Amino acid sequence: MPRPALIATLALCLIILWPPTPLAAQTDTPLQDVLQTVQEQVASPSRAQVGGVLDVLQETDAPGTADFLTRWAAREVYERPEDGLFFYAREGEDRALTLIDLDTGEDVAEVTTREVNQIRVNAGVRREIEGALVTFELLAPDRARRLAAVRTIARSPEADHIPVLESALAEEEDGAVATRMARVLDLLNARFASDSATRVAAIDGLSGDITTEARRALNQILNTESQVAPEIPEGTNVARIRTPGEDLDLIDAYARLADAGLVPPRPGRNAIRDALRANVSDGAVAGIPVHRLDTEEARREAYRLLQDDGIVPPLPTQAEMDAAVAEYVFFDAYLEPDADVTRAAREALDSTRTRIGVWQFVNISLDALSLASIFFLAAIGLAITFGVMRVINMAHGEFIMMGAYTGYVVQTMIPNYTTSLIVALPMAFLVTFAAGVALERTVIRHLYTRPLETLLATFGISIALQQLAKNIFGTQARPLTAPDWLAGSMAFNDVASISTIRVAIIVMAIAFLLALLFILNRTRLGLEVRAVTQNPGMAASMGINPDRINMLTFGLGSGIAGVAGVSIGLVAQVTSEMGANYIVQSFMTVVVGGVGSVFGTLAGAGLIGALQKGIEWFNPGNTLAAQTFMVLFIILFIQFRPKGIVALKGRAAGD
Amino acid sequence: MSRTPTAAPAKRRRLLQDNPSVLWFVGLLGLFTLGVTVLSEGFGIGLISTNLVKILGMTLCLCLIAIAMDVVWGYCGILSLGHFAFFGLGGYAIGMWLMYARTEIVIRQSLAGGTIPPTEREVSEAVASQIFSVVGSNELPLIWTFAGSLTFQLAMVVLVPGLLALIFGWLAFRSRVTGVYLSILTQAMTLALSLYLFQNDTGLRGNNGLSGLQNIPGALHVPQAIISVWFFWASAFALGAGYLLFAWVVSGKFGSVIRAIRDNEARVRFLGYNVEGYKLFVFTLTAVVSGIAGALYYPQAGIINPAEIAPIASIYLAVWVAIGGRGRLYGAVIGAALVSLLSSWLTGGGAPNIDLGFYRIIWTDWWLVMLGLGFVLVTLFFPKGIGGLFDYLVRKP
Repeated sequence: MPRPALIATLALCLIILWPPTPLAAQTDTPLQDVLQTVQEQVASPSRAQVGGVLDVLQETDAPGTADFLTRWAAREVYERPEDGLFFYAREGEDRALTLIDLDTGEDVAEVTTREVNQIRVNAGVRREIEGALVTFELLAPDRARRLAAVRTIARSPEADHIPVLESALAEEEDGAVATRMARVLDLLNARFASDSATRVAAIDGLSGDITTEARRALNQILNTESQVAPEIPEGTNVARIRTPGEDLDLIDAYARLADAGLVPPRPGRNAIRDALRANVSDGAVAGIPVHRLDTEEARREAYRLLQDDGIVPPLPTQAEMDAAVAEYVFFDAYLEPDADVTRAAREALDSTRTRIGVWQFVNISLDALSLASIFFLAAIGLAITFGVMRVINMAHGEFIMMGAYTGYVVQTMIPNYTTSLIVALPMAFLVTFAAGVALERTVIRHLYTRPLETLLATFGISIALQQLAKNIFGTQARPLTAPDWLAGSMAFNDVASISTIRVAIIVMAIAFLLALLFILNRTRLGLEVRAVTQNPGMAASMGINPDRINMLTFGLGSGIAGVAGVSIGLVAQVTSEMGANYIVQSFMTVVVGGVGSVFGTLAGAGLIGALQKGIEWFNPGNTLAAQTFMVLFIILFIQFRPKGIVALKGRAAGD
Repeated sequence: MSRTPTAAPAKRRRLLQDNPSVLWFVGLLGLFTLGVTVLSEGFGIGLISTNLVKILGMTLCLCLIAIAMDVVWGYCGILSLGHFAFFGLGGYAIGMWLMYARTEIVIRQSLAGGTIPPTEREVSEAVASQIFSVVGSNELPLIWTFAGSLTFQLAMVVLVPGLLALIFGWLAFRSRVTGVYLSILTQAMTLALSLYLFQNDTGLRGNNGLSGLQNIPGALHVPQAIISVWFFWASAFALGAGYLLFAWVVSGKFGSVIRAIRDNEARVRFLGYNVEGYKLFVFTLTAVVSGIAGALYYPQAGIINPAEIAPIASIYLAVWVAIGGRGRLYGAVIGAALVSLLSSWLTGGGAPNIDLGFYRIIWTDWWLVMLGLGFVLVTLFFPKGIGGLFDYLVRKP
């Protein structure tokens, strides 16, 4: 955090919470009077003298001192030259200032900027003031303020903080705050303490700590630097010795020697070329005609001839380089000279490795779970239309898009995000249910016997719907904002966390799964759906109207796609192409999971989500590569289990 | 699916006698080529702009891939949603040579001014940094090792799509993936390929793609007006040759078997035919032809990037063939030519917008809606497509 912002934060705490009863004995001397005793140092502060001022202020501890310090550092204090008094000021128009009394907070006078001096505080002084503020805060009566101060120290640790923190810890009575202070004190001691025993003890205290701050502190202790010397100097804390030819390239080793000034630099390819260029005479270099110099060998040969004439710096041969390198030791040395400290830090860091690994795995699993729920939401509607009815609906993605846009439209009409979300979910269902029924009635009904043609016709619908959405809403991505209570994130520690919105998506996916299972297995509609999909003729003879059931089933699948669209829109961007991005993956999910089974879709989504995140773990930051390999894996997977993970058997399989 | 029983001819008739449409097609194509040449800027009176010659040449390439698609889908019943990927791979293979060779020429020219001649390594490093600086690299990826060789890259035009189709087809057909599952699987393949090419570190310049392909190394001084006609001729020749090849393939006994596979795969298998072998052959052959079509298309387009390979492109290919009429080669040509030309006319701003008073129809906005809905209507009511109209003209015996 930059310093002004930091000071502002502290100032804010102070202004709100400046206590009536501070810990230190408070005098009732007005601040103005105290300041007048050190008037000159306050009016033109210098780094050398500011310490005295701060001591005075701390001693008397007049009301409003901390507030004054922050404002002083932020250059918000003014001096009136005629009487030397200090004021805060409020800026008006045209350089007009309203002076405010330090103690009473009342307006005193209207002046222009010319009539008063703004007190300019340089960076060094500001740092001093800030240090004083930390002390104030660490001893503050309010628990939250003390914690905030400790947090500030942890964020930008400095050696000066150690004594301050130690004295604060000695007076701390609150258990939790004391623990926190002790931990931060460990962090400070590990890096800055003067004697090695204290540091080792502090580092031992940090072992097993997986917080970022602890690991950062330990890693900073373990910083190394590459060095080279005839032999390792006394007192060097060696991290690793490098052997040329094994873990160090010979050319690199020689270059390091050259960098250290121990040998003349070896001319590289460009240096050789430039040297040759500089020594062309009569169309030849050292007797070799220029046109022959188009290979590396010829150039080196010419260079050696120049070298023999003493015109250019020598080009060492392999043997010379070997000999030069053999005379020196190459090693990495810790910047920290104390071997005990680095050893302790290394051990402490190693001890955290397993726990970090476990938590990283937890984090990846959470990511995978949330990705799987998105895939599941996108595919669950297909699990009905494709899985149960065997209708290929390539416009499914556009139903998702339609649902998301419904959410967006509702949000533009209802400003409250929570209410609009609650309204948007059923609205999206209704809109896409209607669209699905319309599609089934007009197109799909005629094509039940021709599955490939359904695929084509729904492509046509998909193209048309996408362009229609583009015509209505434009190509720009539309926001679908989640309510505030979904905006945060749940952090288990510094390694593993999940955002609340993703938790909501997971919950939503589970709710969908349960609702769908209930509808298919426990309701009259579900019974009829299953009957019609297994044997339409027989179902019809039992008094079920297959037409009606097909229509309702397709509507249900489409409606669910719409609701899924709203939830996906909360985490992804709402564009006319958002559906197209999910359609292939959705079909994959259904096919991999096993056509005709809701649990299959769940398994498929889980597998694909886990796979993608797993691959991303090995190749971090490359989502595209992960997607590529995932699709390849799926193609191979279908080779070995063509019917998917959950394969239906017997009559239900339908073949 | 239409199930016209194909009566086996009592005796072997000659290809052209059997298919009068082939003669018609080749004749018309020849006349068209002649006409365009005469009207072109490069060789004729200049009525047709160079740009239009390029568009027409590109359309011929699209017709070529459309007949390949027609053979694999209309005749063999495999709705492949991956043939545009093969098209793109062919384009990439030739594009690598075009880009490398041209850059090399430029680099050599600029380095030739120096006092001493450049080494091979300096040249290839300069070329690499020229080509790959957009993706933040200056090393030549491994797959570009032979990019300087035209012969090698031409072989790649055939081999890369061919081998990919062979491996993919073998895996898919072997495990009896058919129907819509196969379509989805081919679509997944296309998606994987385009995602792969979108990455910056796969050595094909990520989403920048390959560009400047209209400049032909060795003919850099030749004006585009001439080059465009050369490519038009090459495309017309390729389309004619492809048409003859496929007409021959689908006319004989082989053609009967693959149509039978389309109509009832299981029965053909029970009759003792190696169904997988036939499908694999058709799939691979059409993939190779698609690759060649792509290799001719992209030098005329001038640029290729992974978006060209996205699954939607292959879907459009199916749309062309369906609108033109499946199961007849000239249908595919009509569909591809009509829809792609209409599309570039309407979306390119060539068509006047219509003002209805209350609403202004802007074709760039409404063309895709029309295409989509039109396609639905064709699928529902005219499964034979535009080509089906010829049945009314020509009485079939």
